[in-house]
Amino acid sequence: MAITYTSGEQVEVYRFSVPATILIPLTAVFIQAWLSKRFTFLNIFDLPLLVTIGFATARRNPLAGLFTGCFIGMLQDALTINPIGLYGIAKTVVGFGASSLGIKLDVENSGARFLLIIVFYVVHEIVYFMIARGLVGLHMAWSWPHEFLSGVANAILGVLVFMLLDKVKQRT
Amino acid sequence: MDVLGRYRNLIVLVGVLFAQVLGLAVQVKRTTASEPTRLIRVWAVGAVTPLEKALEWLQTSTGNIWHNYFYLRGVRAENRSLKAQIERMTLEQVRLTQDAGQARRLQALLAFKEQFISETMAAQVIGGSGSESSRSVFIDKGYSDGIRPDMAVITADGIVGKILHADPVDRHVSEVLLIDDQTSGVGAILDKSRLQGILRGTPSGELVLEKVMSDETVSPGELVLTSGGDRIFPKGLAVGQVTKVSPGSEVFLSINVHPAADLNRLEEVLVVTKIDERQAEPDQTGATRAIDILAERLPSVPPKPDDAAKSVAGTAAPGTVSAGSAKPTTAGPATVKPAMAAPGTAKPSTIASTAAGSDAKPKTASPQAATTTAAPAPRKPPMSARATGASAGTVSDASPATPANSTGSPVSKPAPKPVKSAVPAPPKPQPAVEDTPH
Repeated sequence: MAITYTSGEQVEVYRFSVPATILIPLTAVFIQAWLSKRFTFLNIFDLPLLVTIGFATARRNPLAGLFTGCFIGMLQDALTINPIGLYGIAKTVVGFGASSLGIKLDVENSGARFLLIIVFYVVHEIVYFMIARGLVGLHMAWSWPHEFLSGVANAILGVLVFMLLDKVKQRT
Repeated sequence: MDVLGRYRNLIVLVGVLFAQVLGLAVQVKRTTASEPTRLIRVWAVGAVTPLEKALEWLQTSTGNIWHNYFYLRGVRAENRSLKAQIERMTLEQVRLTQDAGQARRLQALLAFKEQFISETMAAQVIGGSGSESSRSVFIDKGYSDGIRPDMAVITADGIVGKILHADPVDRHVSEVLLIDDQTSGVGAILDKSRLQGILRGTPSGELVLEKVMSDETVSPGELVLTSGGDRIFPKGLAVGQVTKVSPGSEVFLSINVHPAADLNRLEEVLVVTKIDERQAEPDQTGATRAIDILAERLPSVPPKPDDAAKSVAGTAAPGTVSAGSAKPTTAGPATVKPAMAAPGTAKPSTIASTAAGSDAKPKTASPQAATTTAAPAPRKPPMSARATGASAGTVSDASPATPANSTGSPVSKPAPKPVKSAVPAPPKPQPAVEDTPH
């Protein structure tokens, strides 16, 4: 029997196998780093964030969500030149928030997922912006239209990513 | 205990966030110069870069098959165009060589010191950071290849960045900080006005030249070069072009620069592993310069024997032979110089027929053979001799055969053996257009 981990606290709680838990975030970070080198415009997508939200809403366990976000974020940080923790903090918050919201809302339909991703994308960017400016001292520009449009683009991609994640998640 | 259980999730969240903030604060406070690479970075890079290398290899191999075997449409036209370009550049090179020689003599008189790129290492870009706020790329050469932090990274078009991390732990990969990152800074100088400034990246990935006083005049289109002041990039490398000039903060101008190298589509780069600084001497005309090294290292169009023969037969029409068209085909490496040195002395028909038959073996590969084919040159009409000599007009003065051409009388003695002295600095055969049959 495969080793799995899950919250097991709620109904409709899903789990992911260990290979999926490790490989999916790694693949997301890899694709993000590899594709964005070739196609700069793909930088507006944040595939690791989508995976974080997807995992968090499926597991519906705030602790699992925040640790997943923390792990994926720090992995993403490790490939940048910035201090480790920028993405880590932002994705920890998102992971916690998404899993907490997942307990209370039905996030199984595409419309809810679409809105959820837009909201959490903007939350992620706000947290990242604040940490980057306030703690690290990076000069960053903020633009609401840009963030909103990026959120919509990520939401469209996210709905597709969630469909793929649905295929590998297992009901507890 | 009940309260702890009730707010367990929140407490864990706060704890994790606090730990990360603490970690951030420690990293920010530390100086980056002596900071060892974090283990998590090594792990992350180690996990991601092998996949990137494999994909890069796959992509390059596929691309090579496509470009070398299938995608040959337009090569002939391109070849012709490049040959014409060579002719133009040969002319310019002769002029520039003289200028450079004069400049070196003056530099020697003034005891100037020059920086030469003496060693470079070609590397392939295998991945990026995947973040808009961090503009860096990973290359497939690392500590074990001799890469060290703060080495300059360039392409044929211009500078790219500097080595940020070349870690002994991860020995085969290093990270390059691109010049458009906001933490990057490059000493730069404007080509015409000679104004110096600091080139910085912006959060949006643009390049801005700072510290140029607002009372100076800078026009869009002006070239920006490295000044050498940062002790990383040698002086005189291309940085980019001024695109916009506007009043900046305080008393400085805000000058937007478009990078010469396409930083978004980097594939191969050169890491400058050694820079020599030596005093210029008058006899240094043949010294290796950065541009020569770049020309040698960068990929070239593979030679095609058939094209070589046909194109020479086509371009080397009687009376119109020129240095550029005769050079690669009639001579091997040893005869490139004589062909360039005295273009007017070679008989076009001989060259064409010789080159056409060069599939079997390069008949004019030796200097003696070149001399033989060059001997009947005086049969050419004076006008055509002048016309062809124009492609290296100053060169023909050095050839004893030229006066005979100008008078139209045949030369009684054979043309001089090809010697290097005909041209002050013999033009190097350009790899990109080399057509010599193999």
